[in-house]
Amino acid sequence: MSRTVTDDSRMWTARLRDRAVKALPPEKLLPDRQPAYVASWIYVFGVLTLSALLVVVASGVILALKGPTWWHTSGIGLFFNSLHLWSVELFFFFMVVHLWGKFFMAAWRGRRLTWVTGVVAFVTSIGTAFTGYLSQQNFDSQWIATQAKDGLNSVGVGAFFNVMNFGQMFIWHVLLLPAGVGVLVALHIAMVRLRGVVPPMPRRSGQEEG
Amino acid sequence: MTLLQARLAGVLVDLNHPGHYLHWGFIQLSVANLVVIVLMVLLFVAALVLPFPGRRNRS
Repeated sequence: MSRTVTDDSRMWTARLRDRAVKALPPEKLLPDRQPAYVASWIYVFGVLTLSALLVVVASGVILALKGPTWWHTSGIGLFFNSLHLWSVELFFFFMVVHLWGKFFMAAWRGRRLTWVTGVVAFVTSIGTAFTGYLSQQNFDSQWIATQAKDGLNSVGVGAFFNVMNFGQMFIWHVLLLPAGVGVLVALHIAMVRLRGVVPPMPRRSGQEEG
Repeated sequence: MTLLQARLAGVLVDLNHPGHYLHWGFIQLSVANLVVIVLMVLLFVAALVLPFPGRRNRS
């Protein structure tokens, strides 16, 4: 017996789409205005971190396309190698100031998942940077690898995460960990859009208006 | 940048040596990392105290 479905709104695609659009309508996903309290330099560091991450990813894609011989020997290759390193330095620099700002705002208020995705993205970024330092193919990377293996072995993950294995670390660096950071950052930004930017701390009773 | 200019820049910031480290008991910190931390603290304080452009016009 055949069954004819006439109501498309009951299909899972329609239901998923409706839920997504209801939760994050376009004007909420990319708003034109922010609350007045966002007009402070301390709120700028999130987007600075994101901008640095875009340069990290773009320069990393070019390095992956051209390969180690290019980035070690040619002038342009060395430039992109340096661009990749310094954009990572700025990424962490801005991310730490962003973290300090959000910590002292107690930004987890009503925004637990935003906070948690940020923390996990930070930890995953450290792993991504670490495997990047291991992928330099110089004495520095060998030194870091031999030092780190003792630490990782001592916590019992040496069998799964072998820092002396260049091929393994390189694939972690260019595929697995960046994919993780990308997903976490996307979730983090979606949560910021969903829950909004955290408001200032409420005034205590008896506190004078500034 | 010519080779001469590169060498002159190298005189100002000579990186061709092992890093300088500071020690306080069990804490070991490179001078380079300390400089970065100090810069982050300064930027954090500046972000709190410097006025944001156009703030007065906002409701």
